[in-house]
Amino acid sequence: MSPDINPLVLLFASIFTSNILLANFLGMCSFISISKDMDSANGLGMSVTAVLTITTAINWVVYKFILIPFGLLYLRFIIFIIIIAATVQVLEMVIDRFSPSLYMALGIFLPLITVNCAILGVALFMEIRGYSFIQSIVFAFGSGLGWWLAIVSLAAIQKKVLKAPVPEGLKGAGITLITIGFMAMAFIGFSGMLIVQ
Amino acid sequence: MEFLIAPIIVALLASLLALIISIVDKHVNNYGDVEININKGKKVINTKGGDKLLTTLSSEGIFIPSACGGRGSCGSCKCEVSTDIGPILPTERPYLSPEEMNKNTRLACQIKVKKNLDMYIPEELFNAKEFSGIVEEINDLTYDIKEVIVSIGDESIDFVSGRYIQLVVPPYGKIKEYTQRAYSISSKPSEKNKVAMLIRLIPDGIATTWVHNYMKVGEKLKLIGPFGEFQKSDCNSTMVCIAGGSGMAPFKSMFHDMLEKGEIDREVWYFFGARTIKDLFLLKEFQEIEKKWPNFHFIPALSNCSPDDDWDGEKGLITDVLDKYLKTEIDSSKHREGFLCGSPGMIGACNNILNHNGIRDIFYDNFS
Ligand code: FES
Repeated sequence: MSPDINPLVLLFASIFTSNILLANFLGMCSFISISKDMDSANGLGMSVTAVLTITTAINWVVYKFILIPFGLLYLRFIIFIIIIAATVQVLEMVIDRFSPSLYMALGIFLPLITVNCAILGVALFMEIRGYSFIQSIVFAFGSGLGWWLAIVSLAAIQKKVLKAPVPEGLKGAGITLITIGFMAMAFIGFSGMLIVQ
Repeated sequence: MEFLIAPIIVALLASLLALIISIVDKHVNNYGDVEININKGKKVINTKGGDKLLTTLSSEGIFIPSACGGRGSCGSCKCEVSTDIGPILPTERPYLSPEEMNKNTRLACQIKVKKNLDMYIPEELFNAKEFSGIVEEINDLTYDIKEVIVSIGDESIDFVSGRYIQLVVPPYGKIKEYTQRAYSISSKPSEKNKVAMLIRLIPDGIATTWVHNYMKVGEKLKLIGPFGEFQKSDCNSTMVCIAGGSGMAPFKSMFHDMLEKGEIDREVWYFFGARTIKDLFLLKEFQEIEKKWPNFHFIPALSNCSPDDDWDGEKGLITDVLDKYLKTEIDSSKHREGFLCGSPGMIGACNNILNHNGIRDIFYDNFS
């Protein structure tokens, strides 16, 4: 049974109150390593959103029509991963062919996303929470936007931090992690507004 | 029979996905026939589009240096592409200087061939070939440097001493892919059927670990080359050569070549820097050269010499030794040129010393 949540609420929740990155801490490694400049952060954010939405749709169909009927739920990790990897491959070729400019913007980030745990995380959440097809897609799209928002905000903050008088020992990863901690706390401020499980 | 359901479904799903990928690859990644025009018609290749430029060229027998094996991390596969093939990719930027970007220099391993291309590569790359070789000898020179001699059978290699060659390292142990690494050729150009290299073990280095721990005499391997621009000049200036560790290789080739060709009027100062006695090698060979070539001076120096060592040669950092000789022994009224081969740190330091002593023409072979 899918929970009775309005897709719009779900969209808002997945962007802000249950932000996949800052509330669930998924997809951290690329978030930290690619957030140094705005262009890359944008490219990666866009790619994560696209891949999340498409793979979640495919994963939902496979989950519903193959995994459940054949009682293969225990294989969901491996199957979701195979599907994500294959989708990223196909997507890369298609974008390269039909939209070279878009490929320029996200092409080199696509392969990185295959190993982004936010993508697998969303597929597993949709399964655990029993979302319907539409809900899953909205949730995935919202989570992508939320991830995008978070990485772009971090890139913007990092730009300022670069010019700030940071103590020697904290420069680089140290101050980035502290910044992310503050961002996460700021996002917790949203958490009373909507709780979606 | 139920236990078969899971494997069958996983296999079916995986095959379906593989099928989709190959269908998309076949149709979407099909850029039809393309023409690659190299050096204004010097060579025209007609081939299928869709692959990286580096692989397309190598499948047509044109080998562009690629020390990292096409991963976009060495910057050695540069070529000029005059056709508009889209903006420079983020993966290329770190390896291109602003001038190179203006000249349309690209990394061949990063760009895909999608349409007809006009491009330029240095003439000598037409000479580079792929050689099949057999390991003839592996000699321990020090505890961490080996000399590897590869016989290339009936094929013959043409090169100027100072060049390097790429060794194709097959998968072994945990390394699952072919890798390529560049090594200076230490044999003489007159030895046409073999290629020798000096290879120093780098902890956890993919290629050097293979050479030191896995390679066997009699083993088959592939070499691609020769590549590079490092070589002696044609004038008669004094050569001030400095090497560290396996940086000995191009000089070994150069000096034997000069000796063989009778170019012994030229004055050569060869400094070899090592830490301890254990790191020294081929001393006899260079002392022999010194005997036959009066203008050749070989100066090995140890930076970490202990008092019990049986060593009466130069002691101290190679930079200090070099400075001392430049100020006292090497005639500064004659034109002098510097030749350096070794680690980036050593090259940088020696470069400064040469500069301070008024030597401006400096050539180097960097191990970075
Ligand atoms: S082969 Fe190393 S950068 Fe292209």
